[in-house]
Amino acid sequence: MSTIDAPGGTRLMGFGEALNDALDVALQIDPTVVLLGEDIDDESTGGNFKITAGLSTKHGDHRVRTTPISEQAIVGAAIGGALGGLRPVAEIMFVDFLAVAMDQIVNHAARLRYMSGGKTPVPITIRTASAGGQGFGGQHSGMLESWFTHVPGLKVVVPASADDAKGLLLSSIFDPDPVLFIESSRLYFGNMAFGEPGGDPRRLHVEVPLGDYRVPLGKARIRREGDAVTLVTYGRQVDDATKVADRLAEEGISVELIDLRSLVPLDLETVLASAAKTRRVVIFQEAVTRSGFGGELAARITEELFDTLEVPVRRLGAPNTPVPYAANLETAYQPSAEALAAEVRETVERKARAS
Amino acid sequence: MALAPEEPELVQLLTPEGELVEHPDYRVDFSDEELRGLYRDLALVRRIDAEATALQRQGELGIWASLLGQEAAQIGSGRAMGPNDHVFPTYREHGVAWCRGVDPLNLLGLFRGVDMGGWDPEEHHFHLYTIVIGAQTLHAVGYAMGLQRDGMVGDGGPELTGAAVAYFGDGATSQGDVNEAFIWASVFQAPVVFFCQNNQWAISEPLERQTRIPLYQRASGFGFPGVRVDGNDVLATYAVTQAALARAREGSGPTFIEAYTYRMGAHTTSDDPTRYRIAAEVEAWKLKDPIERLRSFLIRTGKADQDWFEALEEESNQLAKHIRAGCLDMPDPSPMTMFDHVYVDPHKPLANQREQFAAYLASFESTSEEHS
Repeated sequence: MSTIDAPGGTRLMGFGEALNDALDVALQIDPTVVLLGEDIDDESTGGNFKITAGLSTKHGDHRVRTTPISEQAIVGAAIGGALGGLRPVAEIMFVDFLAVAMDQIVNHAARLRYMSGGKTPVPITIRTASAGGQGFGGQHSGMLESWFTHVPGLKVVVPASADDAKGLLLSSIFDPDPVLFIESSRLYFGNMAFGEPGGDPRRLHVEVPLGDYRVPLGKARIRREGDAVTLVTYGRQVDDATKVADRLAEEGISVELIDLRSLVPLDLETVLASAAKTRRVVIFQEAVTRSGFGGELAARITEELFDTLEVPVRRLGAPNTPVPYAANLETAYQPSAEALAAEVRETVERKARAS
Repeated sequence: MALAPEEPELVQLLTPEGELVEHPDYRVDFSDEELRGLYRDLALVRRIDAEATALQRQGELGIWASLLGQEAAQIGSGRAMGPNDHVFPTYREHGVAWCRGVDPLNLLGLFRGVDMGGWDPEEHHFHLYTIVIGAQTLHAVGYAMGLQRDGMVGDGGPELTGAAVAYFGDGATSQGDVNEAFIWASVFQAPVVFFCQNNQWAISEPLERQTRIPLYQRASGFGFPGVRVDGNDVLATYAVTQAALARAREGSGPTFIEAYTYRMGAHTTSDDPTRYRIAAEVEAWKLKDPIERLRSFLIRTGKADQDWFEALEEESNQLAKHIRAGCLDMPDPSPMTMFDHVYVDPHKPLANQREQFAAYLASFESTSEEHS
């Protein structure tokens, strides 16, 4: 819905390319920006998903450092660099491997500034890829954002489109607090996700502003305006949600689609304004439903709008199991567009409670 | 079971009896005044420690981690540092903090529970105490890589170059972080000194629960030198640390220093070591006391006389008084400061919670006014 202010022009980019561009810009405009991660320099592979390709050649391998295979150390060294005045960007190959680095993220990155009474900021960014829905198996496919939204001191950003990916990543890198930046690797590939051969690889390409383009953290994006029901989501679910909203519009159901962009800080105002208008809310998340971010969001909406809502806030997420491996199981596991459409229809058609 | 050798091969310059000995690789060249200065450091730091332990026993501190017995390891290494060297300590480095100019009252603030480290890490080049065992070694490596990137490694001496110094104990060598820090420092030739105070005990776990070889020998497996120094010998610790720092700053990479010492007291004031170690062991280490040996040396060589020791004792009493009074005077933080410094930028949900909490606190004030 928003128009992009891009005095420097735009270019049609995919999600991965936009991230690469953001990192390139950050390295260019600030000498304290350094990248740390496995396989990220060009002598290696330019990153497991090629997001850092070309950057070490352009900016030097002293700033784009391929590291030993130790996630805890990638984050720990990033913290140490930040304490010395750098703005490190750490790449953790998969969301699931954040578990290896948990102590450094939770006990140190998130808390050092607080514990020092504001004297030691830790302006690091941890980029990581979620890879569900691509047959990567039980330890490469998780979506664990709610572990981190629970930790005071961290910010959590989950972009859904190429333009936001760039703008939010640049804002994250230059944010004074530690930011966890979760990228859906399925978006890297456009529609060419594993199991989806033959799709248009440029389907998700959008015009992305060139140069130092920033999208502020904590500002949700209304992807589609509507008045019958509010659909709140983030990350790669936005793509499915958009398709569902389009389809339901043909059926005469007007969906207001909100892309949160960042979970911490959370743009609750935008969500509440929409929910107050539609009085019906569905939350759509990739992660396991139990104790997920959707639960927090449902609680916040209900606390504020209990008397306004016509029906209970509904959540749709994955079953409470690890991500299965077999293609048919994983397909069944992923919260699907079909299930979402059914959930939204049901929410809209449900009789309002007696007030 | 193979145990560490009874008599470890260690660098020593001052024997427990206070005799100077030669070492082929290490020597110090201190003036009499500098030697007295080291003694003063050792004595005052021991006094700070004793006062803090007493304050805990009197209920004025929640807990205290005593450095008793480890004074020489900390003063020797702390005094070897230059202005750009940056320390990443555990929670027991009170002697190093002293060397870096941190007010002992700041340390007490942490253990009294009024803040989590009131000093400015950047000003003192001394990071906050790290409570999670070994985690700070990775911060030291990252900081050191930053020094590399900033061109603060190479020629130029301690005024223009710098290193990171990671302190940790024998128990921490079993942590994954510490081993990762070794690997990174080695691979990147980062200017880090790994200063391990092997005080023989990790709470109740003896050294043989952590290792089957002398700890310093581990370094060679990671690709950098390891050296064991008599951690109760302030001169040897100084010499070994100075050499390791010079090596790091000039770009030759990390060094592992195992300062062989002994935790004379409990792990913390919450611990009772008589439950797991025998008194004879403690008695044997008393004979190797780090302060007594320097005292014997200063007296025997006439480098300090009785008047000087008496003046130091008076200074020590004054310091103790300052610590006791300062500790009792520490104000509790205002409840509203709970919300400070979570995020740098304004954070709306937090601001809302702060407002609610302020209103909640104010409700007590109005209630008490109504009743008065």
